[in-house]
Amino acid sequence: MGDLLQAACAGDRRALSKLLSAVENGVESRASLGIPHNSGGGKIIGITGAPGVGKSCLVDCLLRTFSAADMRIAVLAVDPSSPLTGGALLGDRVRMQTADDDPNVFVRSLATRNQPGGLPVRLGLMAEVLVACGFDLVLVETVGSGQSEVRIVSVADRVLLVEGPARGDSIQAEKAGVLELADAIVVNKSDLEGAERVASDLRSALEITGNSPPVLLASARNDVGIEDLADLLLSLPSRSGASMARWRERLLTAWDAALLERGDLDEVLAGLEAGDFDADQWVTDRMEE
Amino acid sequence: MRIVIAKPGLDGHDRGAKVVARALRDAGHEVIYTGLRRTPEQIVRTVLDEDADLLGISSLSGAHAFLFPRICELLREAGADEVVVFGGGIIPVDDREQLYGSGMRAIFGPGTTMAEMGDFCTAVEARRTAGEPSGVGEGGDWKWSGE
Repeated sequence: MGDLLQAACAGDRRALSKLLSAVENGVESRASLGIPHNSGGGKIIGITGAPGVGKSCLVDCLLRTFSAADMRIAVLAVDPSSPLTGGALLGDRVRMQTADDDPNVFVRSLATRNQPGGLPVRLGLMAEVLVACGFDLVLVETVGSGQSEVRIVSVADRVLLVEGPARGDSIQAEKAGVLELADAIVVNKSDLEGAERVASDLRSALEITGNSPPVLLASARNDVGIEDLADLLLSLPSRSGASMARWRERLLTAWDAALLERGDLDEVLAGLEAGDFDADQWVTDRMEE
Repeated sequence: MRIVIAKPGLDGHDRGAKVVARALRDAGHEVIYTGLRRTPEQIVRTVLDEDADLLGISSLSGAHAFLFPRICELLREAGADEVVVFGGGIIPVDDREQLYGSGMRAIFGPGTTMAEMGDFCTAVEARRTAGEPSGVGEGGDWKWSGE
């Protein structure tokens, strides 16, 4: 399997694709591949925001811009799995026409497979494999998220929060959560009424912290503000104060992975359903083991 | 399984493709939808990059006799022999033998139930597990006949 990594690093797309599947399905691990832990070099950028704010369309614009500068870019685009059937409809490629033609671009769609925090547990390693294979940037697009999904900081070196107009009044900008961890914020759909207002609400709310991330306006539809956004992402410093949160989310991700990959998980769930023991007690017992 | 649902050619009718994508999602599969008006080359690249097990192609424009075999041929050229290809849309019965001959394993027309789509995928999964030929470049004469 080291062969796959070697072929992928040499530019073999099919080998890369098979390698990512092997990592996603747990056939390959960090140890088996010899991938070093991510040093936070800024190559992995998380893109998060509410459903429908235009994350995929912005990613498509960014792909075109970076590719024109002769950079190689990979995208991991996550969409939700059904909690009922485990199935998923992965539709991010519909918005990313660049994904189908451009030789500098590689896009892989992922389902959450019902992992906590909306991020597949092996997403981080998949992103690091792409960096190891020589991609200059790896964009990780999260599922459409709300205010408190911050798990992306466990994977990404930098986080871009996408906002849009008409998403509530200025109090929304004052709320705690992902706003505090974003390294940059872009208000998409700047062609629509209210976008300027949202940007200014965000700026004034974040200014008070004395640790304000840049807030940009852009329109993926009209290709406005994309160059500035692309330049910013290449030189964006990590926001101070986010470090502990990052480690907290990494720990939680590792913890969740260990739990979900237990061989006896189905039996444990059946036991809980049958009332043989309760969840708190079961966890306490495992901690003591 | 991972399934790409694609719309090749200049055909704007995507309700069928979306319904199929939804049905396969509900049958527990991970479905990647390409959107409208993709070329055979773009569709093959999507299948390869997404490491899909199956490819479903939909056409209602009458261009299936060119587009479907072309996609099958490109998949084989790329070495993706194991990918299982099925089609749907408005495909006249007289045209179907040629499409099976090009490597396709099922053609679904109007009136197909969501349950049958799911059954087809289950049958493919069983054949793959058993090592029986079902991919576009694996030969054999198996095709879906509603078993």
